[in-house]
Amino acid sequence: MLDLRLYMAQRLSALIMAPLVLGHIAVMIYAIQGGLSVAEILGRTQGSAFWFAFYGLFVLAVSVHAAIGLRVIAHEWVGLRGMALSLFTWATGLGLFTLGARAVWAVTFA
Amino acid sequence: MKTPPRAHPLWLAFILHRLSGLALALFLPLHFWTLSRAITAPDSLDSFFALTELPMVKLAEFGLVFLLAVHLFGGLRLLALEFLPWSNSQKTLAAAAVGVAVLVSGSFFLNAI
Amino acid sequence: MSKPEQTLDVTVWRGTAAGGELETHKVPAHDNQTVLDVVSWIQHHSDPTLTYRFACRVGMCGSCAMMVNGIPRWTCRTHVGKVVDEGKLTIEPLRNLPVIKDLAADMDAFFDKWVAAEGLHHPTQSRQDPIEPIDATTPARKQANAGIECINCAVCYAACDTVAGNPEYLGPAALQRAWTLLNDTRDGARATILDAVSGAGGCHNCHSMGSCTQYCPNELDPMSAIAGVKRETVRHALLRRKDA
Repeated sequence: MLDLRLYMAQRLSALIMAPLVLGHIAVMIYAIQGGLSVAEILGRTQGSAFWFAFYGLFVLAVSVHAAIGLRVIAHEWVGLRGMALSLFTWATGLGLFTLGARAVWAVTFA
Repeated sequence: MKTPPRAHPLWLAFILHRLSGLALALFLPLHFWTLSRAITAPDSLDSFFALTELPMVKLAEFGLVFLLAVHLFGGLRLLALEFLPWSNSQKTLAAAAVGVAVLVSGSFFLNAI
Repeated sequence: MSKPEQTLDVTVWRGTAAGGELETHKVPAHDNQTVLDVVSWIQHHSDPTLTYRFACRVGMCGSCAMMVNGIPRWTCRTHVGKVVDEGKLTIEPLRNLPVIKDLAADMDAFFDKWVAAEGLHHPTQSRQDPIEPIDATTPARKQANAGIECINCAVCYAACDTVAGNPEYLGPAALQRAWTLLNDTRDGARATILDAVSGAGGCHNCHSMGSCTQYCPNELDPMSAIAGVKRETVRHALLRRKDA
């Protein structure tokens, strides 16, 4: 159910995300002070190539990572297998990526 | 409550990693959808953010940050277990991962309130 | 000796692959008594149709493993006093394997996976060659020496939740065997083994929950062996890509 290829994708996406998650937590701790607002978020991210790259990469990695993680759970705990399992994995990954890409676009260059 | 018969520290670390990952994956669509409204519906997003002043919501946020941190540090332990020279102190490392996650999410919480 | 009126409530699973149920027996309690003694007492004194498997009684053969209060154990080396829970014992056939009858699990799947993981010797020399000297002090040989103590009792296999959720998964014993061979200089099929453990049911399904290591009665460490196998498959794949 997890072969070498999926395993590598899972570990590689994890490695990529490790520094990104640390950065994300640091931003959250910083940004939460004094409450959240749309203006504050956009002020930080709008037009920024850095945040676009940061969160763009994050969304890509998390889509891969979550799709494979949910695939394992769907197989081990729900019993999904074969074609249904493949479809579930792809749908999860592409769905998350679409939603995530829209969010990143909205707060940077939209 | 009786613990399940085969519960042991590393098994609990496994369950924690799986459940935190599952919860984060379920939270992500909501997170993405909310943010994508920054342009299309900034006012309704701001009124959503106003909710984050509620104590219950702050607690939920703390929970999410804890799940993220515990999945990160627990995951780093697993990467080290698989790719670095073997260490026999896996139980200690698993406990340390939870400890660091509590610290990190705790400092988020202290900044949130 | 304890007082004669002291008894244990022993619940054993009875049935076949078609289904079964739990059945409770009163068994006399003694100060020194193994779980296998208890099972044997039921067969000798209470119900001669109870089926179970054992051979050596001293923890060498690996045939008497059963679930005791939810944990896989060698019944011959498990003192009742250590596992009894308020005078109660629940004894079931090994988890994650089909049952043949009562407490005897069908070990076929377990051994088939051992072979599927290429857990067999791939000779590099014939009987005509002189005996190859083996340096017992190298780190690789020490890893191999640890692994060969496995007696195929399937306790780790029954303990593993990944096997429970993913019946294709080769499981800790077979993968530890693969690790043993990868560390054995006399084995000549490295690439074959690495391919065998990299498939859909291979080592990459392991979540390092460590129940194998936790419950191995021989105190072996399949979890670290599987981590070694994973690392080796990754290294091998990267090298192969470079060579291609």
